[in-house]
Amino acid sequence: MIVEIGHYALVLALFVALVQGSLPLAGAQTGNTAWMALARPAAIAQFALVAIAFLALVHAYVTSDFSVVNVVRNSHSAKPLLYKISGAWGNHEGSMLLWVLMLAAYGLMVALFGRNLPAGLRARVLAIQALIAVGFLLFLLFTSNPFARAFPAPADGNDLNPLLQDPGLAFHPPFLYLGYVGFSMAFAFAVAALISGRVDPAWARWVRPWTLLAWCALTVGIVLGSWWAYYELGWGGWWFWDPVENASLMPWIAGTALLHSAIVVEKRDALKSWTILLAILAFALSLIGTFLVRSGVLTSVHAFATDPARGLFILFLLVIIIGGALVLYAWRAPALKQGGLFAPVSREGGLVLNNLLLTAGLATVFLGTLYPLLLDAVGGGKISVGAPFFNATFVPLMVPMVAAMGVGPLLAWKRGDLAGALGRLKFAFAATVLVALAVWYVESDGPVLAVLGIGLAAWLFFATLAELAGRIKLFAAPAAESWRRARGLPRATYGMTLAHAGLALVIAGMTGSAWYSENVLTMRVGDTARIAGFELTLETVDETPGPNYDAERARFRARRGGQEVAVLEPERRFYPVQGMPTTEAAIRTTWRADLYAVIGEGDGQGAWTVRLYHNPLVAWMWFGATVMVLGGLVSLSDRRLRVGAPARRRRRPAPAAKAES
Amino acid sequence: MRLRFLLPALLFAAVAVAFAVGLGLDPRRVPSPLIDKPAPGFALAPLLDDRPGLATADLRGQVALVNVFASWCIPCRAEHPLLMRLAETEGVTVFGINYKDKPEDARAWLAELGNPYRRIGIDRDGKAGIDWGVYGVPESFVVDAQGRIRFKWVGPMAPHILEEKILPILREVAG
Amino acid sequence: MRRLLSLCVLALTLALAAPATAVQPDEKLADPALEARARTIGKQLRCLVCQNQSIDESDAGLARDLRLLVRERLTAGASDAEVIDHVVARYGDYVLLRPPVKPATYPLWAAPVLILAGGIVVLALAWRRRRRVPDTAPLSDEERRRLDRLLEDDAP
Repeated sequence: MIVEIGHYALVLALFVALVQGSLPLAGAQTGNTAWMALARPAAIAQFALVAIAFLALVHAYVTSDFSVVNVVRNSHSAKPLLYKISGAWGNHEGSMLLWVLMLAAYGLMVALFGRNLPAGLRARVLAIQALIAVGFLLFLLFTSNPFARAFPAPADGNDLNPLLQDPGLAFHPPFLYLGYVGFSMAFAFAVAALISGRVDPAWARWVRPWTLLAWCALTVGIVLGSWWAYYELGWGGWWFWDPVENASLMPWIAGTALLHSAIVVEKRDALKSWTILLAILAFALSLIGTFLVRSGVLTSVHAFATDPARGLFILFLLVIIIGGALVLYAWRAPALKQGGLFAPVSREGGLVLNNLLLTAGLATVFLGTLYPLLLDAVGGGKISVGAPFFNATFVPLMVPMVAAMGVGPLLAWKRGDLAGALGRLKFAFAATVLVALAVWYVESDGPVLAVLGIGLAAWLFFATLAELAGRIKLFAAPAAESWRRARGLPRATYGMTLAHAGLALVIAGMTGSAWYSENVLTMRVGDTARIAGFELTLETVDETPGPNYDAERARFRARRGGQEVAVLEPERRFYPVQGMPTTEAAIRTTWRADLYAVIGEGDGQGAWTVRLYHNPLVAWMWFGATVMVLGGLVSLSDRRLRVGAPARRRRRPAPAAKAES
Repeated sequence: MRLRFLLPALLFAAVAVAFAVGLGLDPRRVPSPLIDKPAPGFALAPLLDDRPGLATADLRGQVALVNVFASWCIPCRAEHPLLMRLAETEGVTVFGINYKDKPEDARAWLAELGNPYRRIGIDRDGKAGIDWGVYGVPESFVVDAQGRIRFKWVGPMAPHILEEKILPILREVAG
Repeated sequence: MRRLLSLCVLALTLALAAPATAVQPDEKLADPALEARARTIGKQLRCLVCQNQSIDESDAGLARDLRLLVRERLTAGASDAEVIDHVVARYGDYVLLRPPVKPATYPLWAAPVLILAGGIVVLALAWRRRRRVPDTAPLSDEERRRLDRLLEDDAP
């Protein structure tokens, strides 16, 4: 019964979306306030209906209702509750429903909190969001119905893929979709602006919070995926340039570029048509990512069960939504007025450089990911484009960008003084050189490029701090004045500092992988293995059952210099229903490095294959990413940006103190 | 409408066309670089007492279908009747490479399903398979009378594949 | 020049190689230098039955066979390039994770530089075009406040 309610709710949501997508749009063109006013209640209703549908699906999972095909394919009665719930979105149909839920949720947010938006803009944005929802609801209802019934209902299900029965991976899709779908808001704003022919600083202010929210969510989603791969797949790898990973990276890069170019639109009323194009591009890449994952055109460890018929439908949606937006762009963008001029060496110039390098990097990843498909489509044979290509091309493009990130924020708007800025970075530069030399001394037999990587990270870190210090005149004025200035700085400034510093930490963490050690060997109980100055003794290997798996658990005692440091207990699990083994690595994390132990197959005669890894600085990646997201959230909480997002209405004409930069 | 603003739409159109074409392709089907090249050098011991083993020299003098199979391979079971049809009804010379299998399991499998192979070689460790560019089972190669590989089919044969691809190639190569 | 580029690519690949291996203890060669070469080559060869993993990373049977093949050829004295060519001769370019540089892939390898150059050209043209447009002065604080107020009560 509940399942049927969910199904009907979805159908109703489709009709609501059709209304929401048509009347308010027409109303905004003709000035019909009644029709425009329909947008808000429609968006609220749409969310409520899709939420009912989603909850109905989750209910079916939680109660192990095996009369629903989706539940049969992806669940099992013995599965832990958390994974019963997350199994709802761990498959194609359920995850598409989650997508549509997020879409409706963003619409709801604009409806509830977008009171400061002009009515026409709000009506158009909600209408465009609804039209996108129509496309995906049709896709769900006609090709990917999560509520299809199984008759007769089997006694139990097929269980969820054991790799997905994991806390990190349970939350990875929701955050990713929050990100992808969030860019649909930026997209909707862009298309609304093209329709109305108006892009101005106010528009940029309205677009930023949505883009920031999407960016933060996408960052969390990507990092969760990397972190999961690191501890679950048993090898210590965290990025493979797999097509589906690239599919999540590309919108992220576009979103980062968008955030930065929107600043120029807001502050200097320039780069307008480029920013609009970026907003369309970010969502286009989200949709292309959806297409790549679900259509089967690319091989990937991540791909859902693929179906060309579904692929065709998504391609059709893609052509209508993105093709339509780009044609609109071609038609209306030339009418956008040119904005303020600026010298090449200026804050705007720095942001343009940022966009140039990010776009070049984005295009490289895009071409690399799609090249095998493109070449095959024109009959050029089959090739592979793997990590070696991306490392050789993407990284060199990012190096100058990161270096420039240290200098850019110190340049003035319109016309900057490069020599002056560099002068103010003397100490940061000196600190960088010291760090690089220290690292070189400690790891003298490692790769030289790794030292440069740490140097780059240090440069970004110190330069970012130097910029903040300069703003509050630290050490150049009495402490009380510095403190006063610091309190007066807008939150967006701290957001930037945190985000850039966080990135520096992430880069350091990534570089640390270059100094990894590994030891793969066969061990018996009582043996001791050595790695990177540690000694690990295999003490026991026991059988331990779990709720829906059997496992062998090993216990290692790790010592360094004779002193006991940790006990590591890796497991090797076997899930009988799916017939799949998984490895659960044991990791000891410190700021310096991760000690990582994996137990492999036993030979049945008391010997096991054991893999030991020593991965330096890995924790810096996760920590740095958290700092980046924190920066984004701090920026989001800046009241200046919240026109058109959750904000208290300010009736007073006096603006907040603008410590204008 | 100035041209440069149309560029993104045009680029997107090209990508969309590529996607549409891509939907009809199989990304996992790897083409063989051995087509039109001589079959690799190999010599495999016989599996059965009443059928000889398989070596490169045996590929000269007749058109043959070389089939890579194993008893643990489920799709091989599905394609087996077609191999029997090729050998018995169509009169095609079929040779077999038993890939990474236990000889006793392979013998039992053939005893149960029938033996279409005029010669069978055992490739215990898969080394000969690598020389043939084998990456999965089953795979089938059409070899001409000069010992050159002319066609490769990856995966089990289906009846329509037999009609549309295998038999025509065999006829063409036979001349 | 090409060799230098190849070395740089290799250096970057290895510098960024996150630890990941499926190599079993019994596969490893006794000679550490040869084993190191085998690992490097393994990271560049694709496991054909997996989805996007190198033979060094994959648990699959074919990956193990190829790893053993690589080590066998190295022990027989082949150079790195010869070992890779040996595998490519059997499986085609698909098995290379680093796409070969040949006419079919020139666009791929040239793309990053071309796109960057193209972007710079576009920017230069845009800048030249804009210099002819008169500059609008930025808003003063008072004008900005007025704008804020107007925007709050804006009609469509």
